Amino acid sequence: MVDYLPAMLSGLKVTVLLTLGAMAVAFVAAFAAGMARLSRRAPVRGLALVYIELFRGTSALVQLFWVYFALPLVGIRFDAVTAGILVLGLNTGAYGAEVVRGALSAIPREQYQAAWALNLSPAQALWRVILPQAVIAMVPPAGNLAIELLKNTALVSLITLGDLTFQAQTLRAATLESGPVFALLLGIYFLLAQTMRFGFRRLENRLAHGQDYGGVR
Amino acid sequence: MIFDWGFAFSILPAFGQALVVTMQATLAGMALALVLGLVWAIARRSRNRLVAFCAGFLVEFIRSTPLLVQLYFLFYVLPLWGPRITPLETGILALGLHYSAYTAEVYRAGINGVARGQWEAALALNLGRAVTWRTVILPQAVVPILPALGNYLVALFKETPLLSAITLLELLHTAKLIGADTFRYLEPLSLVGALFLILSLMASTLTRKLEKACDRFRHG
Repeated sequence: MVDYLPAMLSGLKVTVLLTLGAMAVAFVAAFAAGMARLSRRAPVRGLALVYIELFRGTSALVQLFWVYFALPLVGIRFDAVTAGILVLGLNTGAYGAEVVRGALSAIPREQYQAAWALNLSPAQALWRVILPQAVIAMVPPAGNLAIELLKNTALVSLITLGDLTFQAQTLRAATLESGPVFALLLGIYFLLAQTMRFGFRRLENRLAHGQDYGGVR
Repeated sequence: MIFDWGFAFSILPAFGQALVVTMQATLAGMALALVLGLVWAIARRSRNRLVAFCAGFLVEFIRSTPLLVQLYFLFYVLPLWGPRITPLETGILALGLHYSAYTAEVYRAGINGVARGQWEAALALNLGRAVTWRTVILPQAVVPILPALGNYLVALFKETPLLSAITLLELLHTAKLIGADTFRYLEPLSLVGALFLILSLMASTLTRKLEKACDRFRHG
């Protein structure tokens, strides 16, 4: 079993890289689409809605296959890592957009009015008044989404990317030790998820410090 | 190469059988998830601390590991222990088990939402524990969480393409085979995507209606 650790380690690297890369994409997409959903301009709202429904309405694996196998036929080609990061990031971002939208709409109207009364520009109001309060409410659901994302990275093994699950499959084929290999694999994912959960809980406590609105008190 | 509508229509019938398999896996998987989730949720409230801890750990473990890996585990390891089961049965088992961890959390929220006085009233009426669960707690706990359970039905449906990894001929696997035969992936994969989009949009509309109906039911 120990002989196979290097292969698993290289798989772990790919899984972590994909998770972090897709988290970055998801972060940007979630904020962009979540705020666009609250825009005053109807076309902007519509565009965000189409993005969200498109990615939430279809399966992540179908999206991955579509981008990796179907898009090259119309001339758009991504390597497996880029396709994985892009699809997983946009998929999680669509769920995240609803989190962002929900947290922003949960801020009472008076906060916007007060910022306006203080003659803050819209950007200042958002950055200094609204977001610091809204972000606290976003962290717990974002933590859950991040773990869903980590689990979804296993899908990239099906587009031939050498992540943890892919390496484990190779190992299984080589050793026929299905039980130990998959038990180890499940254990690694469990530890990764627990680490992320711990990190997000720390972040939540940190952000909630000194706040008396919207966070854990 | 651009999208060929004629080809797309010609392969549409091939998805009929695949859609039936997908639906079987979805509905049977959800039925299993509803039953197992309730078992975990009740076990977590057990007075036996060990039972409660094990149920809690199991739920957390299932929720933190990928469905695909659980699917592989059941597909490759289960046959070593016991009788062979078909890919469809393996898929139903994996989907049911995976989503039972999510439904368990939903049930838990529903059960926690039942007022304390209901338990006390049941005790005062000298009802047994099983009778209390069946006739007092669960009927009140389940109605408010029906929409949340509906959302997980949609989520489970969208995970069925994973079953293509264990050779089950569902929608995605059928699309892949057509692609391999004809070297055209664009049409079959786009059709599968469109099918999922239409069906999940329909399902979420139904869920929203259910949510409204539940609200009316609760608030008169």
